[in-house]
Amino acid sequence: MNTSDSPSPQRRYNTRLGLFLFLVYLTLYTGFVLINAFAADKMETIVLAGLNLAIVYGFGLIVFAIVLALIYGLMCRKDPAELTETAEAATTQGDSK
Amino acid sequence: MIYDPAPLAIFIFLGFVFGTVGLSFYLGRKAKSSEGYFAAHGQIPWAVNGVAFAGDYLSAASFLGICGMIAAYGYDGFLYSIGFLAGWIVALFVIAEPMKRLGKFTFADALDAKFNSRGIKGAAGISTLVVSIFYLIPQMVGAGSLIQPLLGLPHWVGVVMVGVVVIMIVVTAGMVSTTWVQFLKGSLLVIFSTVLVVMLLQKGLTTDTSSFETIGPLSEQDLKQDTIAGREVIPPTGGWLSTADKKQEFIRFIPKDGRAGYDIFHIDDIPGSDKKLLRQAQSVTGSGKSKEIDGAPNGRESGERELQPIGHLSKLPGGETSTGPLGPISFFTTIGDSEVILWGSTTITNPKGPKTTVYYQKPTAGNRVLRPGEHPKFAGIRGESFGDKLNFLSLMLALFCGTASLPHILIRYYTVKDGSAARKSTIVGIATIGFFYVLTLYLGLGAMTSGALDLTDTNMSAPLLANSIRPWLFAVISAIAFTTVLGTVSGLILASSGAVAHDLLIGVMGIKLSGESQVKVAKLAAIVVGGIAIILGVLFKELNVGYLVGWAFSVAASANLPALVMLLFWKKTTKEGIIASVLVGMVSSLGWILLSADTYKSVYGLDPNDAIAPFSQPGIITIPLAFITLIVFSLFFSSKQDESASKANA
Repeated sequence: MNTSDSPSPQRRYNTRLGLFLFLVYLTLYTGFVLINAFAADKMETIVLAGLNLAIVYGFGLIVFAIVLALIYGLMCRKDPAELTETAEAATTQGDSK
Repeated sequence: MIYDPAPLAIFIFLGFVFGTVGLSFYLGRKAKSSEGYFAAHGQIPWAVNGVAFAGDYLSAASFLGICGMIAAYGYDGFLYSIGFLAGWIVALFVIAEPMKRLGKFTFADALDAKFNSRGIKGAAGISTLVVSIFYLIPQMVGAGSLIQPLLGLPHWVGVVMVGVVVIMIVVTAGMVSTTWVQFLKGSLLVIFSTVLVVMLLQKGLTTDTSSFETIGPLSEQDLKQDTIAGREVIPPTGGWLSTADKKQEFIRFIPKDGRAGYDIFHIDDIPGSDKKLLRQAQSVTGSGKSKEIDGAPNGRESGERELQPIGHLSKLPGGETSTGPLGPISFFTTIGDSEVILWGSTTITNPKGPKTTVYYQKPTAGNRVLRPGEHPKFAGIRGESFGDKLNFLSLMLALFCGTASLPHILIRYYTVKDGSAARKSTIVGIATIGFFYVLTLYLGLGAMTSGALDLTDTNMSAPLLANSIRPWLFAVISAIAFTTVLGTVSGLILASSGAVAHDLLIGVMGIKLSGESQVKVAKLAAIVVGGIAIILGVLFKELNVGYLVGWAFSVAASANLPALVMLLFWKKTTKEGIIASVLVGMVSSLGWILLSADTYKSVYGLDPNDAIAPFSQPGIITIPLAFITLIVFSLFFSSKQDESASKANA
């Protein structure tokens, strides 16, 4: 495991992107938890299509997690270190067969 | 409730189980080396691994526990769904790729990647064992609950069956077959839960006013008579009498038709009137062979009684009795405008013999089950006590941090080939799991209104809902739930056996083992851990499995996450810091749980007011504590040599 190498720019970009998206989600999740803990009555407010805040915010958090995950998947850059490793692995496998 | 085992159900069920075990044998033939046993040679395609994540994660707790909690109290159980999914965000954005880069077989590998320290391997190995065993308990309890109605066998038989089958799977196969079993089970669970929800919406909602009797309205004077509405009252004695601080809650009648036992009714106030209403209740006295239902022996012969299934709506909007097919949104709005019958319980002490638990109807406005705070464990968020609110915050924090620290989830990152495959499989996992969690609210509320629930076992709500729609669906859903348990338990046992063989024996004790004998030792460890899990599963029979899983998350989040995060993001982290953080996080969270009011009440049977821990969920204190421990030990208690090593590595 070669951990002493400094990370490639692609990997650093991915890490930063991950942390940014993480903070976005953390903010929303914290909001949900705090409303529940300190203003639970607010959760009964009807906000959308006859549904209350509890259901809309709760479903929203689940759907948003999936959306953020997809955004991350699309925006991440391929790490060159992995590209070489994969290529090497493919060659070795090819040789052994 | 007494269950009738149906031949079709048994047939479908056994087909599933043999299919799973057979597949496992077939795939396991090739996994002889340690790379194959622990990490499936890193050759699993990412999409398969992603669904396998769902298989690993959507355990008995997600499926049985959450649906059960929602069925009993409404929205509160869904808070677990939200927290469980949110945890995946930590896994994806922070942990997934470094975890894959740093480690090889186990969670300890990743923590130890920089330091090569026996201490880290030891601490991480032990924490893996503790968390896995804690997580195993609810899975085994869930398995027992499932077997009971399916095959008509006692709870402990179910627990032993799961234990034996899983040990067989793990011993014969390892990670390759575990992964494929998880993949299969994850897909089936999501597909059939979707089918169930579609059928549920098609069926719509109906009211039921005939299953349980109502008498009244009656005046206070009427209630003092020897006969009420032509029925003879049994004079209250012992715990049934009213006392200075407690009004009489129940009235018992001699049964009209010469049946054994008594008919029991709860005295309800009618809002806006001084009249009372009597609503039929159900009582359970004692347990096991001597169990009595409504004062008569439990059974179906003459002279015996059994608990009636529960869960119904008493009113629909506009006085309707049936809605017909509903849409995904109108399902909620209709429930919101209806009246649901929930069930409360209270205990009556008898001067001689065991206590009686009486379950009584609580008509509840539908909009109350669509908001948080109805479950006794969550009711605190509507109260004034700051401790209760902290308890809630603490739970939600533990769920958020726990996912990315569960050893059986972490080892799944080693089954794919690189960091980007780890990332992609996590995304597939999040999509699958997220979709399933959306379904849990429908399943739970559907079960709440299905008229098929077991009063004494909320864990069975989802399968019983299926039964109320189609019996074959019950067999399929139960079989999937059972394979769900098999899959999760095998993942956990695999993680524990890896911790014993790879981390503790080789890493800490320095015993040199070849790849093949390492696998042998791991298999032996799997048998021992499986045995422990069986015993604990039998002991903890009564607890809701979703709730037990909350504990496992607290311990995992406190012991593993701080060390993992700091290792990745703080260059000054030292091996002393990591060891101390893992140990302090583990011991403090475990100790807190063992000294909490919930454990006092449900495990030791002691008065919860005597508990030492100020609230039940430790996370909000113990997670920061583990972070602080790591910082303090890294800065002040590290050996010189270690510092230079970490500088060289940085």
